[in-house]
Amino acid sequence: MSIPSLSLEGKTALVTGARRGIGEATALAFAEAGADVAICDWVVEGGELAAVAEQIEKLGRRSLAVEADVSRKAHVDSLVQRTMDEFGTIDVLVNNAGIASAIQLLEISEDDWDLVINIDLKGCHLCSQAVGRIMVEQKRGNIINISSVFGINGHPACVAYDSAKAGVISLTRALACNLGPYNIRVNAIAPGSIKTEMIRPLWSDPELLRALERSNALGRIAEPSEIANVALFLASDASSYVSGHTIVADAGLTA
Amino acid sequence: MSIPSLSLEGKTAIVTGARRGIGEATALAFAEAGADVAISDWVVEDGELAAVADKIEKLGRRSLAVQADVSRKADVDNLVQRVMDEFGTIDILANNAGIASGTPLLEMGEDEWDSVIDVHLKGCYLCSQAVGKIMVEQKRGNIINIASVEGVRSVRRSANPYPGAKAGIMLLTRGMAWELGPYNIRVNAIAPGAIKTGMFLLGAWSDPEISKLVEARIPLGRIAEPAEIANVALFLTSGAASFITGHTIVADAGLLAGFQSPPHPDDLPKLELD
Repeated sequence: MSIPSLSLEGKTALVTGARRGIGEATALAFAEAGADVAICDWVVEGGELAAVAEQIEKLGRRSLAVEADVSRKAHVDSLVQRTMDEFGTIDVLVNNAGIASAIQLLEISEDDWDLVINIDLKGCHLCSQAVGRIMVEQKRGNIINISSVFGINGHPACVAYDSAKAGVISLTRALACNLGPYNIRVNAIAPGSIKTEMIRPLWSDPELLRALERSNALGRIAEPSEIANVALFLASDASSYVSGHTIVADAGLTA
Repeated sequence: MSIPSLSLEGKTAIVTGARRGIGEATALAFAEAGADVAISDWVVEDGELAAVADKIEKLGRRSLAVQADVSRKADVDNLVQRVMDEFGTIDILANNAGIASGTPLLEMGEDEWDSVIDVHLKGCYLCSQAVGKIMVEQKRGNIINIASVEGVRSVRRSANPYPGAKAGIMLLTRGMAWELGPYNIRVNAIAPGAIKTGMFLLGAWSDPEISKLVEARIPLGRIAEPAEIANVALFLTSGAASFITGHTIVADAGLLAGFQSPPHPDDLPKLELD
């Protein structure tokens, strides 16, 4: 018996929505841990995705930056094909790409509903299906889906986001049952209040930040790397018997 | 940014119910990771607890083996005092002590009900209270409670204090996370599924025919080694879990994700309970 290592030496990973936030932190954590990491995002014009790829390469790993809208099957197929052409295998998939919308039921338009559900939930399905086919062939693999505490508790202002993130938790369970026999583990993470662009208006205002901090048991909000560390645990052998589960990383917010 | 370490170098831990199974594996994993580890059990006569202490010391760590029934406050206070005398600090508490029970509601005696609830749930409360007082002073600490998939879903198709106690432990975990969080203390639980311990199916999983029946219900198709639960405990105590508190990590290879449960003893051949 020896301490399990969080090393991903020799592994390859694909992280979606990786130009910033939790996606960026996870891609970099995996590269630090020794993995070659392919990254994608639907926004590439700002150069943020390319900059993340550069950081991965500076860590001595291979990287590949691909523009992809995960809600479109053609994009996902191309993304997975290019990753396979470059790396030859995909050991870990992190379905992180997501958008939020703060629109209540009576105000949300059909287009806004579709957009959130398509990226957050359908994107998770499309990527898991395309990469799942490869992992089934390999008879090994690891899928990590980024959900949210909004998928656990309801929030009145975010009907589509709540529903999509709850769907991700449910998809995680179904995929774990479906892919388990092929030695593929599937888990999710439900982050609480994290210092990302998605909720910048909530933490850049001192008063709102205080309210956010007071909403959980540890009295603080987290850096994206604290979620990346949970992803690293789930990707590693230290979590060898964990599958179908959603790790809530929210400092007690939903406790 | 660098990879988080699972090292417990320089830390001290208490693991209850550590003479075998998940408790033993957790104590040894913590020692491997660099911690000094105090262990307790209410059974010491068979020498198993002392043997675990020996193994911890062979790993180059300090150990202390204490006989304690965690359902008795005097035993718990004595355990915690002796650990403090020996180590001077307690960074990690793993509330693992538990006992099996298979008696259904209509046959349940009050004494059996009380002893199961007392060892699992009251024991978790008593140890967390005694150690919590020290951790609040220290303004740091980490508590890990061992629950069970049986605390999430009724596996036995009967009412029994074991699942009730395990469900209680998960809610105790949530409440303690809120109460102790302001003191920089994280509190989490683990709900293991089918693990190769003496308690799971009273050891009957070691029969190949029975293990096949069990494995068929599990998405990953296997029963786990106790070390795989110890690794989850190690993660929860580490900085890698810095934003996780009040949570129960289910480690069951996907069992609860679907409609399956571990088999009921009635489904199994050749299994004699008691």
